[in-house]
This record gives sequence, C-alpha cells and structure tokens, in this order.
Amino acid sequence: MTVFGIPAQALFGQLLIGLINGAFYAMLSLGLSVIFGLLNIINFAHGAQYMMGAFVAYFALQWAGLGYWPSLLIAPVVVGLFGVLLERTMLKRLYHLDHLYGLLLTFGVALVVQGLFRNEFGSSGLPYAAPPQLTGGYNLGFMFLPTYRAWVVVFSLVVCLGTWYVIERTKLGAYLRAATENPTLVQAFGIDVPRMITLTYGFGVALAALAGVLAAPIYQVNPLMGADLIIVVFAVVVIGGLGSIMGSIVTGFGLGVVEGFTKVFYPEASNTVIFVIMALVLLVRPSGLFGRTA
Amino acid sequence: MTVTRVLVLAVALLAAAAPVHAQISDGVIKLGIMNDQSGTYADISGPGSTVAARLAVEDFGAAKKGMKVEIVVADHQNKPDIGSSIARQWFDAEKVDAIVDVPTSSVALAINQITRDKGKAFLVSGAAASDLTGKACSPNTIHWTYDTWALANGTGSAVVKTGGDTWFFLTADYAFGHALERDTEAVVVKSGGKVVGKVRHPFPTADFSSFLLQAQASKAKIIGLANAGADTINAIKQGADFGIVRGGQQFAGLLVFISDVHALSLERAQGLVLTEAFYWDLNERTRAWSKRFAAQHHGAMPTMVQAGVYSAVLHYLKAVEALKSDDGTKVIAKMKDMPTDDPLFGKGTVRADGRKLHPMYLFEVKKPAESKGAWDYYTVRATIPVEQAFRPLDQSDCPLVKK
Repeated sequence: MTVFGIPAQALFGQLLIGLINGAFYAMLSLGLSVIFGLLNIINFAHGAQYMMGAFVAYFALQWAGLGYWPSLLIAPVVVGLFGVLLERTMLKRLYHLDHLYGLLLTFGVALVVQGLFRNEFGSSGLPYAAPPQLTGGYNLGFMFLPTYRAWVVVFSLVVCLGTWYVIERTKLGAYLRAATENPTLVQAFGIDVPRMITLTYGFGVALAALAGVLAAPIYQVNPLMGADLIIVVFAVVVIGGLGSIMGSIVTGFGLGVVEGFTKVFYPEASNTVIFVIMALVLLVRPSGLFGRTA
Repeated sequence: MTVTRVLVLAVALLAAAAPVHAQISDGVIKLGIMNDQSGTYADISGPGSTVAARLAVEDFGAAKKGMKVEIVVADHQNKPDIGSSIARQWFDAEKVDAIVDVPTSSVALAINQITRDKGKAFLVSGAAASDLTGKACSPNTIHWTYDTWALANGTGSAVVKTGGDTWFFLTADYAFGHALERDTEAVVVKSGGKVVGKVRHPFPTADFSSFLLQAQASKAKIIGLANAGADTINAIKQGADFGIVRGGQQFAGLLVFISDVHALSLERAQGLVLTEAFYWDLNERTRAWSKRFAAQHHGAMPTMVQAGVYSAVLHYLKAVEALKSDDGTKVIAKMKDMPTDDPLFGKGTVRADGRKLHPMYLFEVKKPAESKGAWDYYTVRATIPVEQAFRPLDQSDCPLVKK
C-alpha cells in the first residue's frame, strides 16, 4: 500500500522520527513559552542555555565520571542557577522597558556564550554516548527504533505535561499566572513576586538545559547546536501562540511530524516548511493557534 | 567654475591612467584568507588555514628578502552572497592581491568569477567542486588540494571493487554535494555498479534520522555521503543509532577529513575508507611541519585543506618573487610555469586548466586497538599516482584547454 508513492511502512517510520524531533521542539518551546507567557521576556539565550545543558553533561562525564542519569538532574540545576544569576543581575532591570530590550540583552548573552564555547571547543563537536541502559533498539518491522529516541519522546511528554499541569492546575501555577497579570496586587497579598519571577526564569532555563542533556547523545555536543535550533523553536512558539503552554506542546510535536513528512516528499524544503506555516498562521490568526489575544 | 571642474577631471583622468609597470602593487603583497571560521567547516579550514599561511610566509623568508606580506582573514559563513561582498571589498577597497582557501563550493564558484573579472589571483584549497577546473575554469584560479573528481575516483572505484555495487546517495543540497554526487555516480556506473536512489538534504542539517530511514528502505549496499564536515559526522553518528551497519549496509564517506575522524572517535569511524591528499604522519617532512602547525593550533593536526593553504601560499610567493609583480593573471600563469616543491606535497606541477597535480592517497581509518595515540588514525591503503588521481585533460570541458 503506498501513499503518494511512498510505502505506508516507510511513512510510519517517518512519523515516528517526526515525533522524536517534535519532542525537542516541544520541550524547548515550552521553556520559551513559560518565560514569555509568565514573565514577558523574549529569551533569545534559550538556544545557548540548551547548549550549556549538553556541555554540563559532557563535563560531568569527563571531570567527575558522572554519567547520563545524574546529568539529567545536575545540568538543569547548574544551568538554571546561571539563569537565576542572569535574571537577578541583568534582566530584572529591564522589566519596566519595552520587550525589545530583554530580547537584545538575551541575544547578546547568547552570542557571547556561544562565542566563548566555540573558541574553546571548536565547531565539530564532542562525542557523548547514550547510557548503556538505553542503547540498542527495537526492530518494529517497518523500521529500527533506537531505544534512546523512544525514551526521548516518552520523557519529554512526561516533562511537558507535568509542567503544564503545575502551571495550569495547581495553586503555585495560579500564583504565577496571577503575578503576571497584576504583580502589584499579588504582592499586596504577601506573595514574594520578584522571587517567583526569578525562579520561573530559572525553571524555564532548566527546561532548556534538560533538553540539551537529552540531545547530547543524538547530536554532537557542539557550541552551535542551540543556534540552529532556536530559530525553529521561535517559529514553533509563534505558531502555537506566545504564552500558551498547551499550545507550544501540541504545536511542537505537530510541527515535528509535519517536518518529518516534508523530508520524505520534498526534502529540500524541510528547513523552511515551518516558517512557511508560521507565515500562513500569522496571516490568518495573528495570536497563534492557541494564543489568547492580548 | 567650469575651468576648475575641467582641471579636476583632467587630474583625475591622468591619475587613473597611470602606467601599469611590473612591480608589487603599493609595495605590499596582501593575501586574504576567506573561509568558515565558526560553522560547519570551521575545523576543516577555519583559523588553522591562517596558521598555515603564516607558516608559509615565515618559511619563504619574506622578511629577509625584503618583501612585505600581509594576511587578512574573513568569515564567509558558507554563504555566497557574504563571500562575494567580502571579495569585492577586499579587491576594490583593501587592495588584496590574492584570495586563498574558501571552502564551500558555492562561495568558491562565486569568487572564481569575481577574481577573473578583476584580474586578481584565487588559490582554492578548501572547495571541492571539480567545475573549478571544468566549465568554470579561469586563468586567475588554481584549484590546489583536491576535487570531487579525485574523491569519486579514489573512494568510489575502491568501494565498488570491494563489492559495493548498489549505492544510495545522501547529498548536501548545494553545489558541492551535487558535484560530488554527479562525479561519484559516473564512477560507480562506469565500474559496473548501480545507483538505486538519492536524497538531497538541506545544508547544513543536524538531524539525519529521516534520510537514513530512506537509505535503509532502499536496501542499497552502500550509502554514499556526498556531504562534509559536521553533516558527515552527524550522518555517521546517527547511522550507528539506527543500526545501519548492523543491518548490513556500509557508509562511504566521500569527503572525510582527519578533523571529522577526531570528532567521531575511532569507535564510530573505524573501517571508513577515504581519499585525501595529505596526512600528517606520511613521512618525516610532513611530521615535522605538522608538529609546528599543531603547536600553534591547540594541538590539532592539520587537515589536507590547511596543508594545501601552506603549499599554495609558498608557491605563490615564489612566483611573485620570480616575476617581481603581484598582478593576478601573470602570477597564476607563472605558477603554472614553475614546478612546485614543498615539504608537504613533494614535487608537483600546475596544469593549464588550473589543476594542481600531486598524488592522492586512499586511507582506511584504524580500529581503536591499532591506534598508538592521539591523531594516529589512518593506514595508507593505496597511493593513487598523479597520472590517475585527477580528471585527465582530454575529459575536461575547460575552455582554456586547447583541444
């Protein structure tokens, strides 16, 4: 049975690959959405923080002999702390200004961080192996699915849905959302709003670093790994709707699948199909598919 | 008012009509090293090419001979439009006499045309497309280190001879990938093999999973990687995840550099057969030079592109010294007249179509157990002699070659 000339079996394989890529898009756009939706900061340093997460995992292995599983916890914490430092020293001074200043600052931070890493480590990347428990794969008949990639999809889904649940369905999440709408009033109730904002930024950054650790065994640990991805992730966030948590999760996975299919039918366009969709969505629904009109 | 204007115009015209005499323009030989300083191809050429060029200037003894040589560096980011505007700026405003290196064939082809228009010199070490000595050949360009024809001939025919007769191509979707795919397909078909499929991936690509799946579905014995740098590394690494080799297929790395093998590690790269023009551990002279290079390049051994920059700059300076002029077209002609000799490539010549000739080597990547230390990665499988290494002149469609 063929669909447009491609056997159905091959298509299922591509669908699965698309979901795996979508998992990365979803996790990264979730972090961006959390930061923008709740803090109104356009965090251009997200790609660099994703890259730092992968490098922390690499260093943990090289210097401390700590493997993949501890790195899943260490990298987000370390990079999250860096994010907190960044927010406390620089970002908080820009809240009263236009969004663009936050964008410029985080963009500058991204360039500096990437430049420093590239200077030190070159651009061909450093090897990082998947943990032994996750090597190998399953022969599904229509394709050979590496265990590690299946793990990436499952783990990202869990993290994304967990984050969504905390923000949309718990009291803590409710405080966060309220603090964004009306910080003065919420502060009047006795809630430490600046600290919540700092911790939320740190959490968003930690999500990026977590995605970086997940990516390390698949792509090379490479100073440029974030730069290539961040543009696509921004497109995903814009399509999903800036500030919509569920939107970025659904759109992330969905666009991963769309990109996957493009690679089968017209691979030369696979780099640009997401931007074409973004242009179309912005024409028809400027606030994004799931966004709330401000 | 009109008189002043006429006078100004006259002076301007006189100045512009200054006679061209054989001498070094403004007393300085200015070389422009243009390559990818920070992206996909940065480790293949990048800052290392500048190190190589400086070593060439030092070894030539420019200071002792009273010749002033300046080196400027720029990053073309693998984009032809950026490369073109840098080239124009260099030639027009900054009085650069020769552009050297330029990986990324699409950029090299663009600069090839600009250099020809402006009568300067272009020494290509990084780019691969054999069109540079084919239909795009120019009296201002020498293609120094390697090209897609040599790679196809070396690796392609060697792989088909050992039984790899069905091929699936994974091609970088730009000039270099297309050229390499075209040249290798010709060799495969001529050697009795068959191409069962091809897919073009965007340049650069980080995730090859989808394309590898298509390669697996084709059931070809050989997956030809018509790409380079980070693309090749990612394809091979991810191929291991998807059980390509376990499933009985083999990768043919059509353009692999020692920096790629270093990034992949011997575990993943072992057994790869590749064609290169230079290896740091070939003989005493290459070893000695490479150690000097590594000392200035954070311990990393030179790739053939960086070695080619050294060799090209050295020969260029010798030609300028002999000619006592840095006029681009004349120097290139002189470089074709003079035989070449340097510690890295030995003795060689430059042909009428701009092709530099030297033997190529078929290498195989060692198994981890066979390697005695860092950068000890290759065994020499065969030496392809000069007469067979590059496309013969009678098969060339270069307009400069009289048939």
